[in-house]
Amino acid sequence: MRIASQPTYAEKVPINYLNAEHGLKSWLLTVDHKRIAILYLLSVTAFFLVGGLFALLIRLELLTPQGDLVRSDVYNRLFTMHGIVMIFFFLIPSIPAVLGNFIIPIMLGARDLAFPKLNLLSWYLYMIGGILTLYAVLAGGVGTGWTFYTPYSTVYSNSHVMVTAIGVFITGFSSILTGLNFIVTTHTMRAPGLTWSRMPLFMWSLYATSLIQVLGTPVLAIAILLVGIERLWGVGIFNPALGGDPVLFQHLFWFYSHPAVYIMVLPAFGVISELIQNFSKKRIFGYKFVAGASVAIAVYGFLVWGHHMFTTTQSVYAGMIFSFLSFFIAIPSAIKVFNWTATLYQGSISYQTPMLYAIGFIGLFVIGGLTGLYLATMGVDIHVHDTYFVVAHFHFIMVGGSVLAYLGGIHYWWPKISGKMYPDGWGRFSALVVFVGFNLTFLPQFILGYLGMPRRYHAYPEEFWVLNVFSTAGASILGVGYFLPLVYLIWSWFYGPEAPANPWQARGLEWQVPSPPPTTNFPAPPLVTQETYEYSLEEAEVV
Amino acid sequence: MSETLTHSQHGTSPLQHQFDDLGQQWHANTIGMWLFLATEILFFGGLFVSYLVYRSTYPEAFAEASRHMDVLAGTVNTAVLIGSSLMMALAVQSAQLGANKLVQRFTLLTMFLGTVFLVIKVWEYYHKYTEQLIPGANFAYEGAMRHQVEMLFVFYFVMTGMHALHMFIGLGLLTYILILARRNAFSREYFFPAEVVGLYWHFVDLVWIFLFPLLYLIGAHYQGPVHK
Repeated sequence: MRIASQPTYAEKVPINYLNAEHGLKSWLLTVDHKRIAILYLLSVTAFFLVGGLFALLIRLELLTPQGDLVRSDVYNRLFTMHGIVMIFFFLIPSIPAVLGNFIIPIMLGARDLAFPKLNLLSWYLYMIGGILTLYAVLAGGVGTGWTFYTPYSTVYSNSHVMVTAIGVFITGFSSILTGLNFIVTTHTMRAPGLTWSRMPLFMWSLYATSLIQVLGTPVLAIAILLVGIERLWGVGIFNPALGGDPVLFQHLFWFYSHPAVYIMVLPAFGVISELIQNFSKKRIFGYKFVAGASVAIAVYGFLVWGHHMFTTTQSVYAGMIFSFLSFFIAIPSAIKVFNWTATLYQGSISYQTPMLYAIGFIGLFVIGGLTGLYLATMGVDIHVHDTYFVVAHFHFIMVGGSVLAYLGGIHYWWPKISGKMYPDGWGRFSALVVFVGFNLTFLPQFILGYLGMPRRYHAYPEEFWVLNVFSTAGASILGVGYFLPLVYLIWSWFYGPEAPANPWQARGLEWQVPSPPPTTNFPAPPLVTQETYEYSLEEAEVV
Repeated sequence: MSETLTHSQHGTSPLQHQFDDLGQQWHANTIGMWLFLATEILFFGGLFVSYLVYRSTYPEAFAEASRHMDVLAGTVNTAVLIGSSLMMALAVQSAQLGANKLVQRFTLLTMFLGTVFLVIKVWEYYHKYTEQLIPGANFAYEGAMRHQVEMLFVFYFVMTGMHALHMFIGLGLLTYILILARRNAFSREYFFPAEVVGLYWHFVDLVWIFLFPLLYLIGAHYQGPVHK
């Protein structure tokens, strides 16, 4: 790829998006996608800490078999708030709204997203929803589980269901608008020569993610709206005592919330595709299959929601179809894993921090994905339904997958975002700590679940004690692993050495602009003449 | 699309900073609105599915509730909305031709018909209130299957209420088009705000085209289960 005129650094401090304007107002009213990404970075980190605090309290309670730290209803609120905060306020916005916002326009060679003001509105909606949810937390929390299952959420729960539901409802619109913005940007803002088949794989992943956000989230909105109406008016939309059908709510809820799993993990696939190629200095094996698999997952993702409902009144035949389709969706996921590993083959692999996260991701995602097949099998699912097996499975995908990819992506693009280098030794050390802590936390939970320990209880029989101690110990290590990057990344923002434009010798338009990039990204629209990942060419031939 | 309008004329040009030309801006705005309408389909789709599930579960109760609908008001409103869609289409065409005076006239007519629709709707709601058919504390229906009948009224109010909310938003958007037309903003190069708002307005009308038979018509003729 070539940029018409490469900007030269000014003598002292070049003008970039960070120092172009100053003051709080210049941040809160910005329409620059890079500044909005920073706003998201700060806010999702804050919500991650809040969600992590709930996880800490959950693991502390489960350190001993007796329910001695909190009462059972408080425990209900802990795991509910952990789920709601982590899913709606961390995982869903994390990679798209932080990394996507920052990188997408630059990757495409554009000055900004298609709708910059809408982008800012998305952040404000996210914050309004988040603040409402935090208010619900401070006012006493909500204890329905993150799934808001009816009629418990509409009739029996006396916790702050309405405020939380409104918070999630509003944040949903933030998610819809972000997805809409990304899709339109991908269609209309690509630089001349950047055809669909030359597009970075990160773009393909986020495009597929955005499709789900745009098409799935409205159904969640309507489900929540109906829950709110049922709760406020005391009518029986989902309450069987008044003629309603609680399983209908589950259908509406999972029609969004299963695809939401792919909202959380598809962006992670995109990050991993970038990392694997760059740190093995090799073009991806089977570009079209990896790109197509993202879209395939987005489509099939809408057809498998019933596997959350094998133990409800859903018909057995519907269950069989959902089971079959759930197996089917493993194929595009497997394509990705095979292609990443094939890319590594005979590559010049370097084990810098982002790569360690990427390799950790592949291992953990394989375990998370394969245990998903156990759960897609109806007979096995009856046995492990609502046990810690399920908890371990989705944490392997959500934490072992999405969070690791998010951390890997943050480390990869940090020099571009901050203009500073972080200490790679600390980075590698903390990646290792995260990996060890994660496995120690969640591997025992597979065994616990298989032995029959149910989820969502604050006390358990003594025979499960040892494995729970392992899990809590692992969670502590994991906490340290999260804390370290927080320290050294903030340190590097102020004291780290200056980052060059392309510290990784990577391909892609984002590495051809200065670090940090100027407000308009490119001095002139870049002309793309090759596909993104020509790692076979020498650097000199490309830039 | 337009070679003459570039960033150099940014003071007067409607071209936004992130776009290279008006063609790109038109393209982005149009795709954006179509995508937004897709989210709306899914949003109303959730309501339609829930309605259909309960309608097939409790056909007698829903038929009974349908008999309390004011079919005449619904029919008049359907005609009013189709008329407003025609006016909207004429406004969009006028914008494409850069005829700002005509845009003003047709936009005002669209808004007038939209307002007539809402007035009739409020009048209907008021009658439901006096008949004590609003779900919740006000609901005083005492026939068979009270809860199931109440459920249809829940769907009636949520679906038509959501539709009315969209009409209000549409009236706001039309006001914006009116202001643009008064400033003579539309030309053969720059017309797409009217086009995009037109897409939205037609969509909202189309939702009503589905709501009207589902809520007012099909239930009222239900004769009980079919026996062969």
